[in-house]
Amino acid sequence: MGINELISALITGAGIGSMYGLTALGFYTTYAISRTVNFAQGSCLMLGAVLTFSMVNQSGLSAWVAVPLALLFCGLWSGLVELVAVRPFVKRHSDAWLMATVALGLILENIVLFTFGKDPRGMSSPLLQMGIDLAGLRISFLQILIPIVGFGIALGLALVMRFTKIGKALLAIAQNPSAARLMGIHTEKTISLAFALAGVFAGIAGILIAPLYTVSAGMGTIFGIKAFAAAILGGIDSAAGVMAGGLILGITEAILVTAFGSTYAQMFSFALTIVVLAIRPVGLFGRKGVNKI
Amino acid sequence: MNNKRVMSICIAASALATALIPGLSPAQDIKVGLVAALTGQSAQSGESIVRGLTIAIDELNAKGGVLGGKKFVLIKRDDESSPPKGVTAARELISSEKVVALFGGIDTPVSLAIVPIANQNKKPFLGVWAAGTNITKNGATPNYVFRVSAQDDLVDIALIEYAMKKFNSKKPGLVLVNNPWGESNEKGLKAAAAAAGITLAGVEKLEQSDVDVTPQLGRLKNAGADTIILVANAAPGAQMMKSRERMGWTVPVVSHWGVSGGRFDELVGPTAGDVHFIQTYSFFSAPTPASEKVFSELSKRYGVKTPADVIAPVGTANAYDAMNLLALAIEKAKSTDGDAIRVALEQLESYQGLIKTYDKPFATAAHEALAPADYIMVRYDGGKIVPVK
Repeated sequence: MGINELISALITGAGIGSMYGLTALGFYTTYAISRTVNFAQGSCLMLGAVLTFSMVNQSGLSAWVAVPLALLFCGLWSGLVELVAVRPFVKRHSDAWLMATVALGLILENIVLFTFGKDPRGMSSPLLQMGIDLAGLRISFLQILIPIVGFGIALGLALVMRFTKIGKALLAIAQNPSAARLMGIHTEKTISLAFALAGVFAGIAGILIAPLYTVSAGMGTIFGIKAFAAAILGGIDSAAGVMAGGLILGITEAILVTAFGSTYAQMFSFALTIVVLAIRPVGLFGRKGVNKI
Repeated sequence: MNNKRVMSICIAASALATALIPGLSPAQDIKVGLVAALTGQSAQSGESIVRGLTIAIDELNAKGGVLGGKKFVLIKRDDESSPPKGVTAARELISSEKVVALFGGIDTPVSLAIVPIANQNKKPFLGVWAAGTNITKNGATPNYVFRVSAQDDLVDIALIEYAMKKFNSKKPGLVLVNNPWGESNEKGLKAAAAAAGITLAGVEKLEQSDVDVTPQLGRLKNAGADTIILVANAAPGAQMMKSRERMGWTVPVVSHWGVSGGRFDELVGPTAGDVHFIQTYSFFSAPTPASEKVFSELSKRYGVKTPADVIAPVGTANAYDAMNLLALAIEKAKSTDGDAIRVALEQLESYQGLIKTYDKPFATAAHEALAPADYIMVRYDGGKIVPVK
């Protein structure tokens, strides 16, 4: 593999990896606070892309209006997932929310199949047409924007958690929900907010990936799986770790395809995840939890 | 209201509904089944096949049907490009709907899965799009599978020859979808390249879920590929074209016809026209009585204004001719028995169809109605499929 091929693989991998990371940030946001996740993050990613496509390409709405509206719906949907598929089960100390979130994701996919159709659609973006030439390679602005947005959000999230009142409330809930409630923190509302935020992250990922990929009801499935792999690879309780996990997964895949072709890439990338977990169960950048007795 | 009365009303309502709903056919009708992708990334292929079959069936029925007045009825099933769904649909059409023959869709993996069911149940299965070589060359004796479409081995020879002639290609690189259809073409393209005395720059696989195909294309570029030969349906094919554009690589692309089964031009954008792909028919061809008749029906029923407006034209053309050949075989066999139809198909004489005038289209060991002489090369131009000049 030459230097140009390596640079190309790094750029490709960084773009796709940032998508995994951005979607996986949703897993981190809810897991850090409630020790639960929305396993249908992939369908939320799809919702963001489908709504934006429908509003911009089919209804002629400006992207400046359509994108915030699509993200609002992603947030509301994810909040609804928490209300319907997570909270009732957590209250009863049941782990059935695992399947309940998957089921809600499938329901959403089917609703989109019936309303949007099964035909994959193409979403154009001026960000894809514009770009720069670097060492004989063409890099579109969208490929540059995706990692910037991903790491920007991860950084913002880390700062919010550390320095703001809401961030401290979120961390307090994570550490001891009962004590947090006694201190006047509205735990249920805050957990809903965390789920809504996770939905918004997935929605952003969907909107950014749509011009590179195709818009369809099933587009989120593979991203959801890869994003979860990225979350556990990087360490699901670390925002930076999750983003790094996404990047590692994306870049590894791109390098494997460049070196050996695509046939073995998926097999190797998931095998890598298993190996890392076997050696380091908390993920590459995760911290081992301390149980206080 | 007591239970008996409710039951009586239900039975009466059901009988009335049965009489009124046109889809529920009388017993003497001849049902033919279609298992194709009616939704999903290849939905346009399914729609075009339905159009071809429907026009042919309506014409045949208007002429009085077959076997002394029996009318054809088309029963459609959506396989969603999934072999298990195609198998379920084929079984249901054979056992519940009692179809006399089956038509297949665009997906080679689905057709390959249906082949053993057709042979076991002695039901003629006419492929009108999927080009996998093993669909018809399936090793069964007797073989109930026929095709009015292109065949991969022959298409592969045509693609290599076209790349060499049109683009002076000496070292083409292959980009193939990672499924049985891609594998079928890998063998065929390697053999065709060897026969033509050229070497391949490499063989790269494309996954349905691939977002970025730059790494695969980069490998081919570095290996010195001077042309890309693409074998993929519309969505993965579009991913390859978008990656090619992002790389700024203007390498010529010669493609099998899978790209014409979906919204390829929309998915790819401005560079969709760079792909030259194979077809068995174009409505731009010199008009014949059959082509004028079919085009007029397409205009009347589907608002088609120009030949370029016909979506996925090969689906319509192949299906139209296949349905007419089946009707001729049923008339010749004087029966709807699967084995009798098979023998009759193998003994058909001549039929002036849409694609060409068929002279003994099938024989016992030859179940392909079309040959490389029937292939043409086309490209997208502003969302429409036009012949390459």
